[in-house]
Amino acid sequence: MIPAAFEYYRPTDMAGVIALLQEHGDDARVIAGGHSLIPMMKLRMADVPHLIDLQAIKGLNGIAITDGTVTIGAMVTQHEIINSAEMEKAAPIMKEAALQIADPQVRYMGTVGGNVANGDPGNDMPGLMQCLNAQFHLTGPDGDRTVDARDFYEAAYMTDREDEEVLTAVSFAAPVGGFAYEKQKRKIGDYATAAAAVQISKEGGKVAAASIAMTNLSDTPVWSDSAGAALVGTACDDAAVKAAVTAMLGDIDPTEDNRGPVAFKRHAAGIVLGRAITRAWSRA
Amino acid sequence: MSKKMHVKLNVNGEDHEFLAEPRELLIYALREKLNITGPHVGCETSHCGACTVTMNGKSVKSCTVFVAQANGSEVTTVEGLGNPDALHVLQENFKEHHGLQCGFCTPGMITRAAKLLEENPNPTEEEVRFGIAGNLCRCTGYQNIVKSILSAASEMNAAKEAAQ
Ligand SMILES: Cc1cc2nc3c(=O)[nH]c(=O)nc-3n(C[C@H](O)[C@H](O)[C@H](O)COP(=O)(O)OP(=O)(O)OC[C@H]3O[C@@H](n4cnc5c(N)ncnc54)[C@H](O)[C@@H]3O)c2cc1C
Ligand code: FES
Ligand code: FES
Repeated sequence: MIPAAFEYYRPTDMAGVIALLQEHGDDARVIAGGHSLIPMMKLRMADVPHLIDLQAIKGLNGIAITDGTVTIGAMVTQHEIINSAEMEKAAPIMKEAALQIADPQVRYMGTVGGNVANGDPGNDMPGLMQCLNAQFHLTGPDGDRTVDARDFYEAAYMTDREDEEVLTAVSFAAPVGGFAYEKQKRKIGDYATAAAAVQISKEGGKVAAASIAMTNLSDTPVWSDSAGAALVGTACDDAAVKAAVTAMLGDIDPTEDNRGPVAFKRHAAGIVLGRAITRAWSRA
Repeated sequence: MSKKMHVKLNVNGEDHEFLAEPRELLIYALREKLNITGPHVGCETSHCGACTVTMNGKSVKSCTVFVAQANGSEVTTVEGLGNPDALHVLQENFKEHHGLQCGFCTPGMITRAAKLLEENPNPTEEEVRFGIAGNLCRCTGYQNIVKSILSAASEMNAAKEAAQ
């Protein structure tokens, strides 16, 4: 419950953040909503001698939807995602998923940027971002760069982000067609036993395109190219769904924990994906 | 130990200034520095919501906010909603509908419910349950908490209508 001591900074511009990250290296971390970092600090699983609060930085807030591209500032909270009518129109899967994350209090504080930068395979937004083929925008001492969500996750808590970089925004093309985020969990606020993000578009009664990503079934989120491909061109009937599930099962690698043994998680993964595909197709 | 910082908080309409280490959690600043002991601590993993307060218009778990982050904020706790001589409608209804037993979750529950009703004055039972899902209760089984909140909502709406 009692975190170790740290120095606290609240810079007002990004240059200030980067300067602090450069000065303190491994000893510094940014804090966004704090709802993954503070719990870890309270358990002394994270040691952060220099804590850099992003709350006063301008330009990390707000949702912008222009020319079919959705851009979400890193400090946009899950609560804001749920309450944005524009977001619901442009990418309704965001609200469906955000409502399955944590609980009301956590959603007022927890940010999109923190959720995707955290690197915990339990987080729901990383898989969602891979499903949407999102881009992550990073700023560091050498300037700005962009990384595909599908290339960002390396292992648990290991991402492509350098220690001195800050994630400023995520963006993606407004998805077309039907969508679903289906999450199996033990209770409110629990990380998924298994979850699936699905977007499907339809043309002439057939699947025109499908994107499928799975949450908490490996040490990173899993975007299953082959599962999506198994649906394309089909009428999304039982056989096609079965083929997609089989393909997905080849891509995940769950581990046993108190959410269940590996065989159970694989079973749950198949169930949630089947449900997600069915719901997405019904909305396509 | 790191340097103490100068912290300013407005709690329940009153300004407070004090020195604290940045790592001090808001819940402890409220309880131990300011003697505002309604908000409680029921866990160390940010699940129970007993520590819930309203900070800058958001329901937050004050065990998961450093006092450094809260510096400059406006905070409302259950003490700011009403007092034994002038109960808030929610407090009145928790009493009326037996929405508490040991009372340990109640300050967080009522503070959260106040925010919920501000954002959604006409919630369904399901919306109430989902809206207080960040608050655990060991005693009541939630049923009477839901009743208390729904009843408070209709009283508040009736009062609003009468005022028009
Ligand atoms: C009770 C509870 C239940 C939860 N349930 C869920 C759930 O079901 N699903 C889910 O997905 N999450 C869940 N969470 C986690 C929650 O959504 C977190 O808020 C989120 O994971 C992190 O966002 P944050 O803004 O709080 O980040 P922080 O905790 O502030 O930061 C997390 C990490 O990301 C880094 N970081 C943050 N922002 C940036 C940035 N802009 N650039 C670079 N690095 C950055 C930080 O340095 C830190 O290492 C839960 C949390 C709690 C307490
Ligand atoms: S004390 Fe349990 S959530 Fe804050
Ligand atoms: S009344 Fe005892 S915990 Fe809720």
